[in-house]
Amino acid sequence: MSANVEAAWAALEELTDPEIPVISLRELGILRDVRPAADGLEVVITPTYSGCPAMEQIEDDVRATLKRVGIAARVVTQLAPAWTTDWMTEAGKEKLRAYGIAPPHQTPPGSNVVRFISKPAKAETVPCPHCGSGHTVESSHFGSTACKALYKCLDCQEPFDYFKPY
Amino acid sequence: MSAAIDYLLHLADNALVLGQRNAEWCGHGPILEEDIALSNVSLDLIGQARLLYQLVAALKGGDCTEDKLAYFRDTHEFRNYTLLELPHHGPLSGYAQSSLDYGTTIVRNFLYSALMALLWEALEKSANADLAAIAAKSLKEVRYHLRHSRDWLVRLGDGTDESHARAQASLDHLFAYTQEFWAHSPADAAAIAAGIGVDVTTLRADWDAIVDAALNEATLQRPAVSGYVTEGKQGIHSEHLGFLLAEMQSLARAHPNGVW
Repeated sequence: MSANVEAAWAALEELTDPEIPVISLRELGILRDVRPAADGLEVVITPTYSGCPAMEQIEDDVRATLKRVGIAARVVTQLAPAWTTDWMTEAGKEKLRAYGIAPPHQTPPGSNVVRFISKPAKAETVPCPHCGSGHTVESSHFGSTACKALYKCLDCQEPFDYFKPY
Repeated sequence: MSAAIDYLLHLADNALVLGQRNAEWCGHGPILEEDIALSNVSLDLIGQARLLYQLVAALKGGDCTEDKLAYFRDTHEFRNYTLLELPHHGPLSGYAQSSLDYGTTIVRNFLYSALMALLWEALEKSANADLAAIAAKSLKEVRYHLRHSRDWLVRLGDGTDESHARAQASLDHLFAYTQEFWAHSPADAAAIAAGIGVDVTTLRADWDAIVDAALNEATLQRPAVSGYVTEGKQGIHSEHLGFLLAEMQSLARAHPNGVW
């Protein structure tokens, strides 16, 4: 690994998600690669949801951060393979929980759509990030952002966000 | 290449037009959670449309951009299914007015999401690698849209007499428009021949299975449909698309190349 690539990874480590400022872009799985290119470095990022409004901010943040430490780099957005919450690191998931967002479960193994939808609706247990109780209910499939669902803990009565498996 | 462009525009226009329609609920949802849910669904759809328009713009080259495709094409150039441009209420004509009807919104989102869940899954194998990548992302999103609309379909259909009657009326109104799902346009045929597109009729049995199971659970009757098949994906639209585009495009047209 060239010194520049290492320095870039180190500089980018401080960059967090604009919406969830406790988890780094690397831990979230958005920052995919830093590699040498003919004209400097190439930083590869991938969007979470197609319409995630944070992507442009993230691209600007990456560019500004590398410029500040004097590294010439280009930001490349790559769609495939599609981002998945399974790329989130364990440390990142722990940070989410401490922040009050229940981290995502593993995505279900690649099931075909018809089977996916005809499966009996079995509510998955999402432990409350505040008190740890598994006695929680989903209030809405969609929460404060597209990537989260809204839950409520029936023990401590606190509402909370659940980062949906994607 | 033209086969790919027409096919991609059809997919993109579907997503943009329904995204714009659903966004009409922003600030007007029947309950706060649904207001947020519909806005999130719109965000996904508009995001999908952007990725597809960016791809079309790259294929067309020159000074084509995603914004030009979204804001500077007119009604007859849009290739979306007619179903998706209809307002959030039943058939009305003349000066008749109606408030937004959530049953119509839910039934439409369900019928379309059930199709797209199957179509995006099939398009993951498209010969166009960029389209396959967009399909893989969109599939993850549409599964949540399908789950959301299906849950509400059951809740409304198997709910009160009023909600049941309105959900059934919405279904009776909208179901005929789904005939367009299975009608091939010349653009479809070319895209299928090139391996870019999917022959949507191969998905019909699975779509029927998803729809019938949900309608059964929702205690709703599947309407028998026949007669005129709409041709939105060939640019022949209802009068409603013009109003939708006027609202969506007016700002960009009043301030061309504006940046904010």
